Amino acid sequence: MSGPAATEAQHVLHEEEHAHPTEGVYIRIAVILAVLTAIEVGLYYTDFGEKLTNSVLLVLAAGKFVLVAGYFMHLKFDSRILRRLFATGFVLAVAVYIAYLMTLGIFV
Amino acid sequence: MAAADAAVADAAVGDAAVGEHGGHGHVTSTGMSNEKLAMWTFLGSECLLFGALISTYFLYRHGKYEGILPREIYDIPFTSISSFVLLMSSLTMVLALAAIQRGDGRRLRVWLLATALLGATFVAGQVYEFTSFIREGMTIKTNPAASAFYTLTGFHGVHVTLGIVMLLSLWNLSIRGKLPRERSEVVEIAGLYWHFVDIVWIVIFTVIYLIP
Repeated sequence: MSGPAATEAQHVLHEEEHAHPTEGVYIRIAVILAVLTAIEVGLYYTDFGEKLTNSVLLVLAAGKFVLVAGYFMHLKFDSRILRRLFATGFVLAVAVYIAYLMTLGIFV
Repeated sequence: MAAADAAVADAAVGDAAVGEHGGHGHVTSTGMSNEKLAMWTFLGSECLLFGALISTYFLYRHGKYEGILPREIYDIPFTSISSFVLLMSSLTMVLALAAIQRGDGRRLRVWLLATALLGATFVAGQVYEFTSFIREGMTIKTNPAASAFYTLTGFHGVHVTLGIVMLLSLWNLSIRGKLPRERSEVVEIAGLYWHFVDIVWIVIFTVIYLIP
């Protein structure tokens, strides 16, 4: 594909990348975030065992993280370059500091 | 105020070539604005900063020190409400962006102000929390765990405060008619910073406050 067709395809791709969600979607995401926070706080006061509670809390936090980054920060809709930039910093931070803490006997 | 709305409306009319979400007609090798790319790079580096602060707290939180440890005096109901306030500020921020993208200057200012107010409420809550902790005898010098706690949450509070300054600057620009639809990316970039601060708090709230 070359010439005008390629240009048109690139244009469509560009527009798709920037098709941000509607206000209704933003409000639904905020409601989900509020519910997840309420569940987190509820879990804090229950006793399902430390390991299970902590695991669920981490999963819920990860879910909130992904929802905010994906929808409010538009990572789900914007260019892959941005996703990779942020993921690089995040993954590097998590990997480096988990390794660092393990060498000091934390999490081991 | 009317002049500001007129400027936004004019820009919206004359913005057809820019696309649905004004400000994205970039001629760069990546196809996106360098400013947005720079903000994402900055946020990636911020992960390392907050990662270091959270790790330091992990390192010290279970230590056997004299004096009160942070986890002994957390006020979870109060912090939960603060977290909820900050989460909702992300909603108002994204509604501000949606408003400017459709050329609605009045709603843009309403949502920007709402976001700044919610952010200020969060910071006020943090000041109250710090004050009550100090009254209970846990200062930044009490032990390494307390130092790490105050440094981590204090750094986050400073980030929120800088975000509020950004939001109020945008509100001021809009009032003066200098934030038309074609400059919506300025709001988007400020929003990225704001949402990142929210994301950091999502992590702090769970791993520092809720996980014992």
